[in-house]
Amino acid sequence: MASITTSVPVVERKQTRSLRRTTRWVERVAEGLVVGVSLVSIASVLLILVFVGKEALPILTSAKVHQEVTFGALFGSYGSAGYAWQPVSEVPKYSILPLFVGTLKVTFVALAVSVPLSVAAAVYVAEFAPRRLREYVKPAIELLAGIPSVVVGFFALIVLATWVQRVFGTEHRLNSLVAGFGLAFAVCPVVFSISEDALRSVPDAYRSAALALGSTRSQTLLRVLLPAAMPGIAASIVLGFGRAIGETMIVLLASGNAAILDASLEHSTRTVTATIAQELGEVVVGSPHYHVLFALGALLFLCTLGVNLVGERVVFGMRKRLGGR
Amino acid sequence: MAAATTIPPESSRLALKPNAGDRALVGATTLATVIILAMLVIVLADVVIGGSHVLSWEFLTQAPTDGMTKGGIFPAIFGTVALTFLMTIVAVPAGVATAVYLTEYAPPDSRLARAIRVCIANLAGVPSIVFGLFGLGFFIATVGRAIDVAAYGGQPTYAKPSLIWAALTLAILTLPVVVVSTEEALRAVPRELRDGSLALGATKFQTVTRVVLPQALGGILTGGILAVSRGAGEVAPIMFTGAAYFLPYLPTHLNDQFMNLGYHVYVLATQSPDVDKTKPLLYGTVLVLLLLTFVLNLAAIAVRARFRRRLLQA
Repeated sequence: MASITTSVPVVERKQTRSLRRTTRWVERVAEGLVVGVSLVSIASVLLILVFVGKEALPILTSAKVHQEVTFGALFGSYGSAGYAWQPVSEVPKYSILPLFVGTLKVTFVALAVSVPLSVAAAVYVAEFAPRRLREYVKPAIELLAGIPSVVVGFFALIVLATWVQRVFGTEHRLNSLVAGFGLAFAVCPVVFSISEDALRSVPDAYRSAALALGSTRSQTLLRVLLPAAMPGIAASIVLGFGRAIGETMIVLLASGNAAILDASLEHSTRTVTATIAQELGEVVVGSPHYHVLFALGALLFLCTLGVNLVGERVVFGMRKRLGGR
Repeated sequence: MAAATTIPPESSRLALKPNAGDRALVGATTLATVIILAMLVIVLADVVIGGSHVLSWEFLTQAPTDGMTKGGIFPAIFGTVALTFLMTIVAVPAGVATAVYLTEYAPPDSRLARAIRVCIANLAGVPSIVFGLFGLGFFIATVGRAIDVAAYGGQPTYAKPSLIWAALTLAILTLPVVVVSTEEALRAVPRELRDGSLALGATKFQTVTRVVLPQALGGILTGGILAVSRGAGEVAPIMFTGAAYFLPYLPTHLNDQFMNLGYHVYVLATQSPDVDKTKPLLYGTVLVLLLLTFVLNLAAIAVRARFRRRLLQA
């Protein structure tokens, strides 16, 4: 600031010209640097696509890999063993169905818990809470997202698992319920934060008009505000879903990690992310198993990419409206 | 008119007074809020109660002994700090430059700026385990191998899990945190300041570095702190790119492996032969990790609030 308020020194003509040239040179280099560095984000997304895809590709192309597993076999069953994921058994079995079903099971539990809770909390904070209280509650809930997932996983493993077993009387200590409840800790702040933004981006005129027409607060909320905020709330659920299927440490610690294909929430289960985390460390680089794990990662990446593209598009429009108000 | 007169006059007052439905709604939403806040409090309380009596000077300054059932966690603390430090000196400049481009240099409706925004948003949504796969496939198997072939005659020196690769992987993961926070702060800087600076004859770059960025310092700081907090707590991306179960020495080179608090928690929780013996150590490690990340988060909130207030006053 100080340099601007000081008066411009009188300089000789010759000096001015060279100064101008240096300045122009600095300007150009600076702008080039800024543009160049900001390309890192684009490069990163592309490199992730290319390098995860590259290690996944042999599953489609390599004859050596095909001796053990093909892309089609990933979705098929293995005779009497059924849909089995046993990559290190004598006859390796690579059915990824139980893993995806496991991911969906824990995600279902997490969303069933966190969507009603978070949307209701968003309604309270956006519509009912006194202004002073709102200023504390919102950051506090968002702090949940600041707890490292390995800590939540640890808590689920040591504490939640005991509680769940006591309440639901489950046979296995670690199961889809425990993992799903643990995941809810990570999903709640996502759904809450975006839903609250969605509700606040509904123009005040809607509220005034509904109340002026004689609606009660609950009628205003259910018939006017929630429908108006629905795209944003839907997006928050979609992004919460994306967060849940991609989470690793919580499910790795709390799900029990047994690759069993069934619909029960009380059995141990194994998710896509936990499989990669657990097996990649011990796998022989370049083996069929190695490439299958990368294929799992690539599928997961594509899933979350699709989910996020949809969710972000809605949220972006909503935030723009919110910012313009 | 006839229809209007049939409505009893009280009905309009009923609408203003909270009725049973309204009360139930407020009650239910309050309860939901309390439950979510309770989730936060329960985790914090459990870890603090379980871990506080383990914390001691020895615990913080000694290495683990007796198969990780005794001793401290100093190497894990050291490794975490080294990792996040390296990550920060990459992620913060890159993130700030990206935000500067988006708000200061990009022409309105720029295609490139839109592409960058889409990529930042998607980068934030990539599962952390995929970052681990990427770090292994790109940094270790490709960049590391290229360095080895070029400089070390093919000896595996950099083509293995290392501090530098884990830090770079985390830097990409935390880039969106820095960009979003910095961009928000840059947008809050009033246009008049830029116009004033340019009108006084300052160049664009001078305006950015001497007028806009100092004003946005709070946002940059917030982004940096949040990135450190995020990076210090991530485990999945570093599992295959550099973290180790146990090392008898501290990492001193960029291609050394390192111990890490989060990874230490995972290892103690899953690989220990005797859970009851390691449980106190486990709680202590979790408490240290939580203190590190949580206090940083609180600091970020405080810094942001302070700078917002100052901007409002200005």
